Amino acid sequence: MYVAVKGGETAIRNAHKLLADRRRGNRSVPAIGLEQIVEQLALAVDRVMAEGSLYDTELAALAVKQARGDMIEAIFLVRAYRTTLPRFGYTKPVETSQMAIERRISATFKDLPGGQLLGPTFDYTHRLLDPELAEDGVMESPDRRVEAHEHTPRVTDILGKDGMIEPDGEMPEGVETGDLTREPLPFPLERDLRLQALARGDEGFLLGLAYSTQRGFGRSHPFAGEIRIGEVEVELEVAELDFPPTLGRIRVTECQMINQFKGSSKQPPQFTRGYGLVFGQSERKSMSMALCDRALRARELGEDITAAAQDEEFVISHSDNVQSTGFVEHLKLPHYVDFQAELDLVRRMRSEHERVASNSSETKEAAE
Amino acid sequence: MRATTQIYEGGFSDTVFNSQEVFRALMDAMASPGRIIDIGSLTTAPTPISATAGAVAATLFDHDATVWCDKPITGSVPAMGWLKFHTGLEVNLNPSDAQFALISDLEAMPSLESFGKGTSEYPDRSTTIIVQIENFDGPQELTLSGPGIEVTRTFAPSRLPRMFVEQWTANRGIFPRGVDLIFAGKSALAAMPRTTRISKREA
Amino acid sequence: MTELATYNFAYLDEQTKRMIRRAILKAIAIPGYQVPFASREMPMPYGWGTGGVQVTAAIIGPNDTLKVIDQGADDTTNAVSIRAFFQKVSSVRVTTKTTEATIIQTRHRIPETALQTGQTLVYQVPIPEPLRFLEPRETETRKMHALEEYGLMHVKLYEDIARHGHIATTYAYPVKVEGRYVMDPSPTPKFDNPKMHRSPALQLFGAGREKRIYAIPPYTEVVSLDFEDHPFEIQTFSEPCALCGARGSYLDEVILDDKGGSMFVCSDTDFCEDRQSEGHQGHLSANPAQADTHAAGVEK
Repeated sequence: MYVAVKGGETAIRNAHKLLADRRRGNRSVPAIGLEQIVEQLALAVDRVMAEGSLYDTELAALAVKQARGDMIEAIFLVRAYRTTLPRFGYTKPVETSQMAIERRISATFKDLPGGQLLGPTFDYTHRLLDPELAEDGVMESPDRRVEAHEHTPRVTDILGKDGMIEPDGEMPEGVETGDLTREPLPFPLERDLRLQALARGDEGFLLGLAYSTQRGFGRSHPFAGEIRIGEVEVELEVAELDFPPTLGRIRVTECQMINQFKGSSKQPPQFTRGYGLVFGQSERKSMSMALCDRALRARELGEDITAAAQDEEFVISHSDNVQSTGFVEHLKLPHYVDFQAELDLVRRMRSEHERVASNSSETKEAAE
Repeated sequence: MRATTQIYEGGFSDTVFNSQEVFRALMDAMASPGRIIDIGSLTTAPTPISATAGAVAATLFDHDATVWCDKPITGSVPAMGWLKFHTGLEVNLNPSDAQFALISDLEAMPSLESFGKGTSEYPDRSTTIIVQIENFDGPQELTLSGPGIEVTRTFAPSRLPRMFVEQWTANRGIFPRGVDLIFAGKSALAAMPRTTRISKREA
Repeated sequence: MTELATYNFAYLDEQTKRMIRRAILKAIAIPGYQVPFASREMPMPYGWGTGGVQVTAAIIGPNDTLKVIDQGADDTTNAVSIRAFFQKVSSVRVTTKTTEATIIQTRHRIPETALQTGQTLVYQVPIPEPLRFLEPRETETRKMHALEEYGLMHVKLYEDIARHGHIATTYAYPVKVEGRYVMDPSPTPKFDNPKMHRSPALQLFGAGREKRIYAIPPYTEVVSLDFEDHPFEIQTFSEPCALCGARGSYLDEVILDDKGGSMFVCSDTDFCEDRQSEGHQGHLSANPAQADTHAAGVEK
């Protein structure tokens, strides 16, 4: 006698209870608070906001906590919440030249208006584990500059003055900026949608692709023209008002890559751009995004498409980690119906194979 | 004062459930061409928009939907005000670019040919035309066949666009491109997607 | 803290429902054509039925009765999870009985019991593009559908025949809908393909990650691709269901021990239970008189 396995509901309920238990861990250890995550795991929060496409530090911290520190799971939680939010309108493009700058570096000029500002960077830290951090020791206050905030023009604007670099991309007249969360992606994409997809794309995936362009798979001779991190104002576009109301400030990281371009029959030789902009502080992501953006402009600039990073459908269709993880992990779901079909086929083919093999050996014997 | 009342009132009493109900009627209608599905009276829109056309509009239109409306509707301030207030639709002046068309006067309706038929790569980028009629016991009986119909189905809307059979045959001829029709009667609706064939016509 | 979210009926906001509903109407009007739609992020992972869930959420109402199956069974974990989701966000009636359901959401199977007029079958689709594994680019496959250029698919199937003596596609077996579009039936076994042909039920397909919705209206021609010298054929099983004795239903192989012992049972649990309650028995069913005569083990 055989009794089929039942009780999926109970199994799921029990699994969730166990998950909650493991999330909390040892009860004698104090529970971590959202403020602690926002303040002390700020870059994790930033990544969740960037790839979750929702700027809210507290929700991102909650997601990190709920996901037990699994970043893609946290991003997923934020995305699934974001999608239920009503859409009131679209903001104006943020003006990064007016950024309240915390860090700004250029690799292309030794000095420039606004100066080089290292800011809170891991660069030049020696990667030696610091045992003092294991304790909640006394912390020195940082030194802050006293001089007034100097106007900090973007390097690309400086280069653009004498036409050394192509102008900032302009959308054709009358074109409304797309929104990949509201419309299905129509391949081939315009740059607006491509940049949106890259901005929420997986940091690791874009990093790998960006690296591949440096190693010759779609080489673009990049220079880090400028990276700046700081706060920008977000202004809402309201048709009835003369001035756009300010919603608040958000921290962003912007990267402008400057790339070689030999020119074409229509255009003189000049530098081209690759652009990266992400929520929060993430140089790695914004630089990777800028390199990928430039690589993906191959079609527009008439370059040969030879490498993965230049292949728009390949890059954009696989850069979203919520999509990727869902489909990879869906292999955990039962597939026994399909597998049965394959099992049956392979069995049949094997028996046919054996029959043919034994037939041929018989004819061989007969011939001998 | 009256005009404003007309504009702000007469929408669905329960947005979520009324629109679900009307959508299911539309879905069934599209999946069973020529089948008449009663939806009762869920809206009261200003003339010339009928209760059923108003309900269909409230179910399908919003600021992401481009809609072409015929003259009697665009000429009526309360009617346009009602549509804008209750759906937020995007009015389109060119019928060939519109996702939907709302026709209150069948006599003056542009030819099917003048609406959006989609492209061979995106045949879905076409116009769904909503035509207002009185009832479904008209003098002209059409015999329909095609997907959604087991053998044939008789369909007799009270009024039809001019030269309808010829126009529809041409529309059927460019499949998968083409327009789809929704007939909005007094308190019921029916549909003819582009796959439907009119196999014969009886007087 | 952002205040706790209250969710809409059936989870999706009304604007999203309208967008999906518009796509569904187009899908029904162009049978087999994949309508692009702005698929939303859902509170379950992509690849776990988000397309089907969005379609169901856009059509479901308080008068519906919902059945959810995965691999033909109502009690597989993902089916349980999706059913619980709809109970939570829409409080509709749910059922495991195929005949009672107005909407059946499915992954990988079509119920054995013939569907009726008024029922809607919602498929969860992982890869909606039947040409995807021959041509990975959307820009190319779109052109192929536009030009009705399906030669590549026939070549692929014919290569199978040349190599193996028969077509080696056993599930997600491509069909042609109403003589026009080649369509992926989702990864159902080809055993289920004939059930799609002129079904009185409406069949809707949702692919969330790939952002496509497509449909087969009732009474629509659905033909599995084949060749004159190699006609399409479905799987057959050499033995009946071990629990209900059914022949001609799709069977799952259940491993009983590590010595090669296995048995075959209906993948459609509702169908199997119905038959058992009607008194049908297989050689391993609970009836002791029957069970005595057959030791559990492989039947070959």
